Amino acid sequence: MPLFITKRMETAIEIKGLKKSFGDNEVLKDINLTVEKGENLVVLGRSGEGKSVTIKCIVGLLVPDDGTLNVLGHEVTQLNEDELDELRKKIGFLFQQAALYDSMTVGENLAFPLSRVLDMKDKNEIHEKVMDMLGNVGLEDAADKMPSSLSGGMKKRIGLARTLIVQPEIVLYDEPTTGLDPITSREISELILQMQKKYKTTSIIITHDMECARITADRIVVMSDGKYIAEGTFDSLQKHEDPFIRSFFNA
Amino acid sequence: MFKKLLDKQSPLLETTGNIWYFLTGFFKNTFTRGFEWEEFVKQCYFIGYKSLGIVIVTGFVLGFVLTLQTQPTLKDFGAENYVPSMVSISVVREIGPVITSLICAGKIASGIGAELGSMRVTEQIDAMEVSGANATQYLVVTRVLACTLMIPLLAFFADTMALVGGFVGMNISGSMSMTLYFNKAISSLVFSDLVPATIKTVFFGFVIGFVGCYNGYNSKRGTESVGHAANKAVVAASITIILIDAIAVQLTNAFVYN
Repeated sequence: MPLFITKRMETAIEIKGLKKSFGDNEVLKDINLTVEKGENLVVLGRSGEGKSVTIKCIVGLLVPDDGTLNVLGHEVTQLNEDELDELRKKIGFLFQQAALYDSMTVGENLAFPLSRVLDMKDKNEIHEKVMDMLGNVGLEDAADKMPSSLSGGMKKRIGLARTLIVQPEIVLYDEPTTGLDPITSREISELILQMQKKYKTTSIIITHDMECARITADRIVVMSDGKYIAEGTFDSLQKHEDPFIRSFFNA
Repeated sequence: MFKKLLDKQSPLLETTGNIWYFLTGFFKNTFTRGFEWEEFVKQCYFIGYKSLGIVIVTGFVLGFVLTLQTQPTLKDFGAENYVPSMVSISVVREIGPVITSLICAGKIASGIGAELGSMRVTEQIDAMEVSGANATQYLVVTRVLACTLMIPLLAFFADTMALVGGFVGMNISGSMSMTLYFNKAISSLVFSDLVPATIKTVFFGFVIGFVGCYNGYNSKRGTESVGHAANKAVVAASITIILIDAIAVQLTNAFVYN
């Protein structure tokens, strides 16, 4: 008798009927999305379509007008402040401009979440972990530098290091390669993939950089007019029948 | 009609609600585990020590000018001896705390407003919040408490320097020994001159820190809003200080000097 073993994927994020407006501008009209644990999902779309709004709703930075938002088994819209903080400890968010704390050195930036989120007290242990993570992103020498003295690519690397140092279960990337040259952009994309494999995180990557999408995506969804209009792998969407979707890949 | 009235008042109600929410958040996080001592000491240094220069100069000039302006008039009445008492009482009770606080509102509240405002614009506060770290405890509680502690100390320095300024002023147009001047100035002060004034500056300090943090933390996106946050912080802090002073004087007159 054959034995069928079905691999059951666990859901990390499940969004149903998400809506969000700013005044009269209806940015998210009906967002439905499921992200499995360990998956790298890329969200493509034109600028101003509300891609970032979706991930900001996931971490509770924006409150949706309607819909359900289940993250790691918690309904985000129903959480109180303390519960939301607890959930946020399991989610990393890499901002478009890296959002490094500019009054602190690079080392202090990385140590900040360790002592506050992971509650680590031992200074040697913190230092060791910071240097280890800086090594992961190839910037061991930058520990004592101020963020203002770093290049755009270095800031992104440090931002990534600060996001991953607490080993979150989910990482949300808001246009991680915007404003970088093609070579640095590819390096950051490869680093994202490398870190994702190492730390086994679930990721949503918002981008319109096709090279980044090609390198990092397990699955891609395309967003237009406040909805997701197509999904699939990089190769399948490249040959999609809709010229609008193909236009992303042929640009 | 009622809806129209409510719509008109809604920004005011919204601001009141936001201030209340921010205030309760401040108190809740002040007594939450994990007080940021290191950041608090750093803020005390920036807010207190870095404001010492301007406060010392202002205090000195205040006492100096007050003496030069009043001495000729009092001399006409043969009451020149009362100049030190007049300077010490007016400076300690009223002018010292209020002028120091107004100067600090300009320097410190605007600084905090601009700093937190630019942190909001560059998404640093968002980054802190989404990391699960307590941004209010790190950024707001430390700054407000540092102001609450440092402004009374700065007012004390200003008062002392005003007395020194008064002594220099006395000796420019007249002559009075240092011992006599300070003896007269200090002996005319009583306990009830010092306590209400000190309590007042504690409130002024709280207002400076709180208003600066509130405006910076809640500033909107865009670089323009950083300027607005700093500007609003100074205006709101100054007005609140003057209003608190008006109330404090009434209360002091009713309960202390009566």
